Amino acid sequence: MSTSPPIIELRHVSVAYGKIKVLDDVNLTVPEGAFLAIIGPNGAGKTTLVRTILGLVKPIEGEVLVFGKPPQELGALRREIGYVPQMHTVDLKFPVRVRDVVMMGRYARLGLFRRPRQADAQAVARAMAKVGIEDLADRPLSDLSGGQRQRVFLARALATEPRLLILDEPTAGVDAQTSTSLYELLRRFQQEGMTVLMVSHDVGVVSQYVDGVACVNRRLVAHGRPEVVLTDSTLAEMYGCQAMFFHHGRVPHMVVRAGENTGKEQQR
Amino acid sequence: MMDFWQYAFMQRALIGGVMVGLLTAIIGVYIVLKGMSFIGAGVAHASFGGVALGFLLGIDPLWAAVAFCLAVAWGIGAVTRRGGIKEDTAVGIFFASTMAFGVLLIGLIQGYNIDLFSYLFGSILAITAADLKMVLGVGVLVLLTVALLYKEFLFITFDPETARVSGLPEPALYYLLLALIALTVVISIKVVGIVLVSALLVTPAAAAYQLSRSFGKMMALSAFFGVFSVIVGLVLSYYLNTASGATIVLTATAIFGLTLLWRRWQEAA
Repeated sequence: MSTSPPIIELRHVSVAYGKIKVLDDVNLTVPEGAFLAIIGPNGAGKTTLVRTILGLVKPIEGEVLVFGKPPQELGALRREIGYVPQMHTVDLKFPVRVRDVVMMGRYARLGLFRRPRQADAQAVARAMAKVGIEDLADRPLSDLSGGQRQRVFLARALATEPRLLILDEPTAGVDAQTSTSLYELLRRFQQEGMTVLMVSHDVGVVSQYVDGVACVNRRLVAHGRPEVVLTDSTLAEMYGCQAMFFHHGRVPHMVVRAGENTGKEQQR
Repeated sequence: MMDFWQYAFMQRALIGGVMVGLLTAIIGVYIVLKGMSFIGAGVAHASFGGVALGFLLGIDPLWAAVAFCLAVAWGIGAVTRRGGIKEDTAVGIFFASTMAFGVLLIGLIQGYNIDLFSYLFGSILAITAADLKMVLGVGVLVLLTVALLYKEFLFITFDPETARVSGLPEPALYYLLLALIALTVVISIKVVGIVLVSALLVTPAAAAYQLSRSFGKMMALSAFFGVFSVIVGLVLSYYLNTASGATIVLTATAIFGLTLLWRRWQEAA
């Protein structure tokens, strides 16, 4: 057990949209330096869980603590969070260059009215170098492939120089090779001391990189090291009996029968 | 050749028109990128209610419209954000009801000798020195706000959720942007009129969007198209003896058409 206080702590958290409970009595602790994947079927409340941690959604019950504070009271500590949103939330045809998107990561640090300085330009260059997109700096966002765009948003999150990195479905719509190299990158950030929290539905692949998974389906079904947590019974509880699991290697692979679990994850 | 410049009313029209062309084009960039063009049209039509209220209460119709449009713009924002109603539905409700309110008030006013046509379709050649002062004062205020909050407005337009997560006061900035839209609409009424303001808020920015690969370039191009449309439209209307507001709007539309053709030609090449 680590002695430093946890980066994220959820105690008996329930969230509802109108009368529908999306999260029910969730307890979750994320220690400093962890690489945690939140997995679960579509509509299970993964994105809601992230939005709750970010303070965009207020729980109806329970307590959320990020860096030991409720998310609404984080103040300047917000700058310690790097956030990579789901791709479909931004207009990919927006006329903006890569460098300018990454610079947005510096805005909150700069404060209102202030223009970016040389130190900010350097932080942006460092962030782009970390994810290997220096050569794309002057390209418009609309020219890039899905994988390149994903790295731009990751670089923007890194430009804030965060202690906690939160990614919502970072590999949605990108190919397997791109996903793998992204996971490797995230693991490197973790090794450098960053705490990484990632929403994914890529159960099998993700578990080879993370050191913890939280299985969510309205409730927190299980939480712990992947090889311990990802058992047939956990997965069955999470995905229902529509899923089949194949064992080879450490973690079971899963196949969900077509036509099920296609409910759109609820927003707001 | 430059004989129109010798008239004081033409000078006022040009100066006021250039400011309005610049302002609508710059605010228009946010409107086009944030998909708020219906809000622009809604607030513009709401100003009719404000103008009517001004006449009824005996205060300057434009200042009454400023207060009224601010209230309507914020009302649309609040109903959308807190009421869980879709933005276009909220605009649709305010759009028609504020027009109806204006029509009702106009009917109540004794005498009924107000030049409504000039408010609906603009009367740029009738801009008074006092009007010009208001246009320039409000214009500078809006431009200064945009210049100071350039990076914040860019962030909330591109990715409002991440802007909020990062710690920017995103809701406050959104309401401020709505206020800037309302102010821009009101000072544009004299130039192109209530019905045509929404064209100036959308068309130059949409033309710039066709040609831009960065935000700064879109801003600069949109401003250029806006000012160019006003100057060319005004001069054309002087020589062709046509309605100024309509000529300005159609000039902007012609530019948009050309940019569309240019882009298709570029993509085909």
